[in-house]
Amino acid sequence: MIIADKNTKAVDLVRAALDRAKECEDYHCFISMNEARALERAREIDEKIAKGEKVGRLAGVPYALKDNYLSPDGVTTAASRMLDNFPSPITATAVAKVEAEGAIMIGRANLDAYAHGSSTENSYFGPTLNAHDKTRVAGGSSGGSAAAVALDIVPFSLGSDTGGSIRQPASYNGVWGMKPTYGTVSRYGVVAMASSLDTMGCIAKNADDVNLVMSIIAGKDPKDSTTIDDFWTRELEDAQSKKKKIGIISDFLKEGVDPEVSKTVLDYAKKMEKAGYEVEEISMPIMRYGLAIYYIIQPAEVASNLSRYDGIRYGHRAAEITDLDSIYGKTRDEGFMPENKRRIMVGNFVLSSGFYDAYYLKAQKARTLLVNAYNEAFEKYDALLCAVAPAPPFKLGEKTDDPLQMYMEDMLSVLANLAGLPAVAIPASQSKDGLPIGVQLIGPRKSDQILINIAKSVEEKA
Amino acid sequence: MSANDYKITVGIECHVQLNTKTKLFSAVDNDAVDKEPNACTSPIDYALPGMLPVLNKAAVEKCVRAGLAMNCKINLTSRFDRKHYYYPDLPKGYQITQMYQPIIGAGVIHLPDGSEVHIEHAHLEEDAGKLTHFGSYSLVDLNRAGTPLLEIVTDLPGMSSAAQARLYCEELHRLMMYAGVTNGDLYQGNMRFDVNVSVSKTEKLGTRTETKNLNSFRSVERVIEYEAKRQIALLEKGEKVIQETRGWNDTTGKTTSQRDKEDAQDYRYMPEPDVPPIVLEQSYVDKVAASMPMMPDEYRSKFGVLNLDDSEREAILNYPILAERLNEACNKDVRLAPRIAHWFSSILLAEENLDKDFALATASELTELSEMVEKKELSSTGAKAILMEMYDKKNTQKSPHQLAKEMNLLQENDEDALGAIIDEVLTAPECAKAAEDVRNGEMKAIGFLVGQVMKKSKGKANPATVNELIKKKLSQ
Repeated sequence: MIIADKNTKAVDLVRAALDRAKECEDYHCFISMNEARALERAREIDEKIAKGEKVGRLAGVPYALKDNYLSPDGVTTAASRMLDNFPSPITATAVAKVEAEGAIMIGRANLDAYAHGSSTENSYFGPTLNAHDKTRVAGGSSGGSAAAVALDIVPFSLGSDTGGSIRQPASYNGVWGMKPTYGTVSRYGVVAMASSLDTMGCIAKNADDVNLVMSIIAGKDPKDSTTIDDFWTRELEDAQSKKKKIGIISDFLKEGVDPEVSKTVLDYAKKMEKAGYEVEEISMPIMRYGLAIYYIIQPAEVASNLSRYDGIRYGHRAAEITDLDSIYGKTRDEGFMPENKRRIMVGNFVLSSGFYDAYYLKAQKARTLLVNAYNEAFEKYDALLCAVAPAPPFKLGEKTDDPLQMYMEDMLSVLANLAGLPAVAIPASQSKDGLPIGVQLIGPRKSDQILINIAKSVEEKA
Repeated sequence: MSANDYKITVGIECHVQLNTKTKLFSAVDNDAVDKEPNACTSPIDYALPGMLPVLNKAAVEKCVRAGLAMNCKINLTSRFDRKHYYYPDLPKGYQITQMYQPIIGAGVIHLPDGSEVHIEHAHLEEDAGKLTHFGSYSLVDLNRAGTPLLEIVTDLPGMSSAAQARLYCEELHRLMMYAGVTNGDLYQGNMRFDVNVSVSKTEKLGTRTETKNLNSFRSVERVIEYEAKRQIALLEKGEKVIQETRGWNDTTGKTTSQRDKEDAQDYRYMPEPDVPPIVLEQSYVDKVAASMPMMPDEYRSKFGVLNLDDSEREAILNYPILAERLNEACNKDVRLAPRIAHWFSSILLAEENLDKDFALATASELTELSEMVEKKELSSTGAKAILMEMYDKKNTQKSPHQLAKEMNLLQENDEDALGAIIDEVLTAPECAKAAEDVRNGEMKAIGFLVGQVMKKSKGKANPATVNELIKKKLSQ
């Protein structure tokens, strides 16, 4: 990415991004723009550069901010009516970190409301279109963040990944998406979806840019007790794979996966071999249960985390309320999208007494089995390879009436979240219709940079 | 009907507000007394999106102290759960509590009457806010939301009478005060009691009722008396006790059924993913244990030698600082300590003195004062006057002796000095008659002579010594 310096003005970088955003308005990458403030910040950075003062590692770099991050610049909507006019007094830790390095937020990127979805069609403000085909979805929930990078509006964007929300849209738009080890990046100031699965990461166009942004936002945060000690080193080359062995999860090569996608995975495996890695298939049957586990634990935490939106203290409150029950009932009925409500209902069901043991507790146990399967696999392999999504980007509206079909989108991406593992989505091929198809590498905890480095070496050597 | 045939079983859940500087999960002032509504709140307390709870380690230490004070097992690993329900005083829509793995395990509390109460567990959780209703609308105050609470739950066999339950509540209050974990102000709701009562003629427990949110020892006692009577009357009539939550009306002295939705509520408990488990090292617990002060029970056995009335001793024990001072005084000179105990219970703990800072007088000073009385350097009235001065901030640098001097209260015991005054009095014309009477064995008249000597000595003479000296002189 281009960093502002004596020769490159931050104002020019930001203005170019804003102009490009305007050209791409049809794609609906953004919920709101931050034009005035962005230009003001750019001028400040240019002044600093002119005076010879120190500027950060992302000086003048425009970026798109998924609209579930809190920032005092503009309003945070989480793409929901519930928060359609919510000015935040808080700055999310990740936002504060990139901005301290000089990055400039030009707009709030579109998402599925509360990040619930895999197509950005659940946004209260309408869907984002695929950067490669306007009739298709951008993926989700970080659809706006991914399309904005793919359309060359910004060199990077911040996203959140609970079950694939960074990687699947990255894959759908042909860009890189990083979901780090759970706890790598602070969740402070990001509208919570499912707390034990939520990870903050970035979308960019190449390995070095991903590494640069991640090295800045990673690190322990006293405001988020689940963050872990900073392990991210500045130089990608410091993170080398030791075993040079990769396993392809063979359970996801046929059933339920589009042949073009399977071929992409196998082709990528061949490239890895060329780059010097030993690749072999490994069957991990427990992974078949990933989606089922995910769609119990995730809605349970979603239902819990959405309880605070009650119309009492902030956000939307329904008009014509008569009593406490109607404040809650009408406000939440109006403020949430159908998919939000579906997850609240499922979540409350699996947590209710009499069902807790059969669903939630069982899912937690299965989650442990899944973690064990990973641990076993990582004794042998540096990383596991599989597709990001089971098929290339689908048509707008194609799955909106069938929530289960939509959930199937997450079949491969939720696997990393359930175990808190890092996973990077890499653009790998194009379908016969010219649509991007990505693959992902999943590694042991804190192997984030090794994964990026492996992918980078494959790109360079193959 | 005979109420004596019934066995009463009482279980108590007590919510103790911990007196940490900041709240359980946010770095906000935990002391909301005299503050504007919602002055003690942060985005974490009013549950802004994206806010995360950060555990206050000081609250954990208070829990460990409370657990040690109750002779309970300290669980080295405990974790938090979410308890869900909707109410405007609960900003997140869930309370962070410890449903499955509480920080404090089982233990036993010994009551002053020699009986025991078993503790099932105690768990750490956050308090809710407060609603005030105004006809057509209600206002929310979140100052209390997020205050750390330790909920202490008794185990079977429970308590068997209202009086025992009261003793338990009082002792629990003492233990928490000694451990220094709460301000202990019942009026402010620092300790709130939920009381479960059942009656039965057999070994099998009867159906229980729960009366919630009592904030005085007296109301705990009255609720149990009332409920036991009510339940027995029902059973004697052949009716059944309904398991329910009841409300206490302090004015009518009755409990009434609360058609409480909570009974039917499903809290949908879930592990709290935002707060990692509390993991303690045994060495940490040992360190806290080493820092614990003496507990009421230890004081009781120590004070045995003082031969105090039970009520006198317990009154002193209600104030940890007084128990500590008395104990130090015992260590200095146990013979001088009973007088100090008496000063505490009869003077210092009088209503009008309760606002004094009981820490001001040291054990050395108190012992010195007691010794002065012992040596007859002070009258008991004089000693009381000095005692009150010792609890005045401006006198912290002064010894009782200095104060006695300043206040001119030192008694004259010097027989030579007194002898001169007495001779003067006995030879005075206005005393001739009285002196004559005493010589003739009419001892009643001696009072007048002692009074005259006291007057001449400006009150500094020790009347007993004067009495003896006059007798001696007139019998010569």
